[in-house]
Amino acid sequence: MSGISRRKFLTCTLVGAGATALSLKTTDAFASAKLEGYPDSMGVLVDLGRCVGCRSCEAACNREQHLPAPAQSFDDPSVFDQTFHNGQKRRTDEQAYTVVNRYEPTATDQPVYRKSQCNHCNEPACLTSCFVNAYTKTSEGAVIYNPNICVGCRNCMIACPFNMPAYSYSSATNPVIKKCIFCYDTRLKNGLPPACVEICPQQVMTFGHRKELIEIAHERIKARPDRYIDHLYGENEVGGTSWMYLAPAPFEEVGFDTTMNNEPIISNVKDFLGTVPMVLAIWPALFTGFHLLATRKHDIEQHGDDHSAHKEEEKKS
Amino acid sequence: MKTHLATHGKVVDSHKRSADGAPWSLQEKLLLGMTPQQYIVQAVRNPFNWILALIFAIGLPLIAGRFFFGLNWVTHSSNDYPWGLFLGFGLFAMVPLSASGFMLGTTVEIFGRHDFKPIERLALLNGLLGYLFAVIYLLVDLGQPWRLPYPMVVSFGPAAVLFLVAWHVATYLSVQVAEVSSSFFEWIGWPAAKKFIREITIGLTVSGIILSTLHQGALGALFTYAPGKVHPLWYSASFQWLFFFVSAIPAGLCMVIAVSTIARKTMAWRCDDEFKNNLDKLTISLAKGASMGLVTYFTIKTIGIAHDNEWGYLATGWGAWYMVEMAFGVLLPIAVFAWAIRNKNASLARVGAFITVAGIVLNRLNTALITFNWRLYQEIPHWREVIISLTIFAIYIVTYRFILYRLPILYEWKEEKVLVPETVNEPVRIHEPYQGSPEPVASYRTSE
Repeated sequence: MSGISRRKFLTCTLVGAGATALSLKTTDAFASAKLEGYPDSMGVLVDLGRCVGCRSCEAACNREQHLPAPAQSFDDPSVFDQTFHNGQKRRTDEQAYTVVNRYEPTATDQPVYRKSQCNHCNEPACLTSCFVNAYTKTSEGAVIYNPNICVGCRNCMIACPFNMPAYSYSSATNPVIKKCIFCYDTRLKNGLPPACVEICPQQVMTFGHRKELIEIAHERIKARPDRYIDHLYGENEVGGTSWMYLAPAPFEEVGFDTTMNNEPIISNVKDFLGTVPMVLAIWPALFTGFHLLATRKHDIEQHGDDHSAHKEEEKKS
Repeated sequence: MKTHLATHGKVVDSHKRSADGAPWSLQEKLLLGMTPQQYIVQAVRNPFNWILALIFAIGLPLIAGRFFFGLNWVTHSSNDYPWGLFLGFGLFAMVPLSASGFMLGTTVEIFGRHDFKPIERLALLNGLLGYLFAVIYLLVDLGQPWRLPYPMVVSFGPAAVLFLVAWHVATYLSVQVAEVSSSFFEWIGWPAAKKFIREITIGLTVSGIILSTLHQGALGALFTYAPGKVHPLWYSASFQWLFFFVSAIPAGLCMVIAVSTIARKTMAWRCDDEFKNNLDKLTISLAKGASMGLVTYFTIKTIGIAHDNEWGYLATGWGAWYMVEMAFGVLLPIAVFAWAIRNKNASLARVGAFITVAGIVLNRLNTALITFNWRLYQEIPHWREVIISLTIFAIYIVTYRFILYRLPILYEWKEEKVLVPETVNEPVRIHEPYQGSPEPVASYRTSE
């Protein structure tokens, strides 16, 4: 009996060792998930009250990212009347990394236009959900990704609380995730603002250090409390985002999800991630123990358990 | 097959035709002891094969089309519903239904309940095939399936739940191949390989439990990334993985009952008396396990609602749908099982098992597809997506049947009783051929 149980014990120890290897990685990732964004992260402050819906930002993005020409030209305002699936407004897709939508909130006489694109979270859900680690949060604040290793599981699209990543479903041979990368390769890396910010005739968007943008935003709210809702969307939502918004009307009326937690998305997953190393470490001994407890009784009573009976004789002889 | 047996007799269940006859050739083993002509005749005679042929005739070109024209040819290419039927059904529902392998492995090997042996191999095979086809569904769904090994070799994202799923499903698939391989080794006639598997059984079983606990749970944890998208009644940051893990237990057990029922009905010729005579008793035992699992599942789901204080949602339309799921998929089978166990009614327990299987599939579809994006709109899968899902399921059935017809899963392989020396203190004798050598003096036992 002792012989067989020793071998079982060794098997389990090996499993445990493998487990430890995996679990160490998991805990590392844990630690990094507490990150509160890079100190010199750049950002963009979007003041929705200034936007007139000219869509020149969409056009600039299209040019900068070499996206295909749209079905309707960028100066056609009829796109604002388009709805999909039960009243859904336009969203980002593989051909448009940013879109502007029109809203008619009750609080203002004027329509409010809202530009949407990747918000470049401090702790991106897409990044933490990616099993090939294709995403990177750069020190400049951009969330970029490596299309050369994207497997196409689309878990990041599930995870993104803003529904921003899109997928190039139309490609049969090389479909990958498509989303705004803050013009990282062509501009941000060199300290330049993204194309959409630069082209805006209304100066809706302010490019700068995220920390300073937060101050500017709160000053604007303080200076014109009648013009702004007293909230900077993106300052704290899902752990904070690089793109932040000021609005003249309640955020939920202009296309924002206001039910979001201030905790990053990954904190919802931590409960499970924490159990992984524990299961890996405890289960081997627990179930081998059950096995010994359940079958040893047979050995004692009738000497009949067929895993150990003849092994035991081999050992004796 | 039945008709063929009635006229020709003799199924392959040992290496030799009869006690002293010639051995079956591999081709004969593959063709179930028939000539190619006989085999084709019986296959064409079976009306079920015609249904399968029809499904394949439509479905296989669609699967090919998916790879030639891309995902947008077969799905709605939704950026809001990145996961459709392939994962919603193929991955999230097939995997819990395959929990049978580790459940019965644990029962027989860990707890030493050898009375469950007649159904253990079926449970292991059910586990293996379920996982294999979950991976096949995944391969159809992945944008670039040829990059599937990337999380193993190219780039690691160890903080991602999917990373865990990928590694654990891959490892567990190998464990299950090893577990099922002993029946293959019996069939093909490699006793040494079978003996090796036998020796590592406990290790395999324990790793099976670990990997199953984690990835069954991990499939649930995948949805904890989407707190605003999955409806709160189907979402729990703290317990999602437990909901998926615990519900996988009755799911796996009931799938074994369901499959054994179908096998007993449609391939009785392949089941040996050991299997047939024990099936009713085992069905009741499995039903007991399943009902305990279901009661526990119902309890923790209720705790989940209390924990997040979601009682208010029960009064909404989604709440009604939630209660339908729980009533049909959980409470109804609990009641059916209770009645069946009390009256030792195996047929009724089988009804309960089929309901449970449907209930679990409904739960996974609800989480992944139906209540997902409950604040946006309802995605109805593309018709090509539905047909491809059905076709892969048909391939699953064909593979399942192919293996059950051949390998000793539902019957015991009749080994020739080779006599080997019991004692090992005379090593020279072991290497001698048994025939023609002088009568050894030692005592004998029957080899495995």
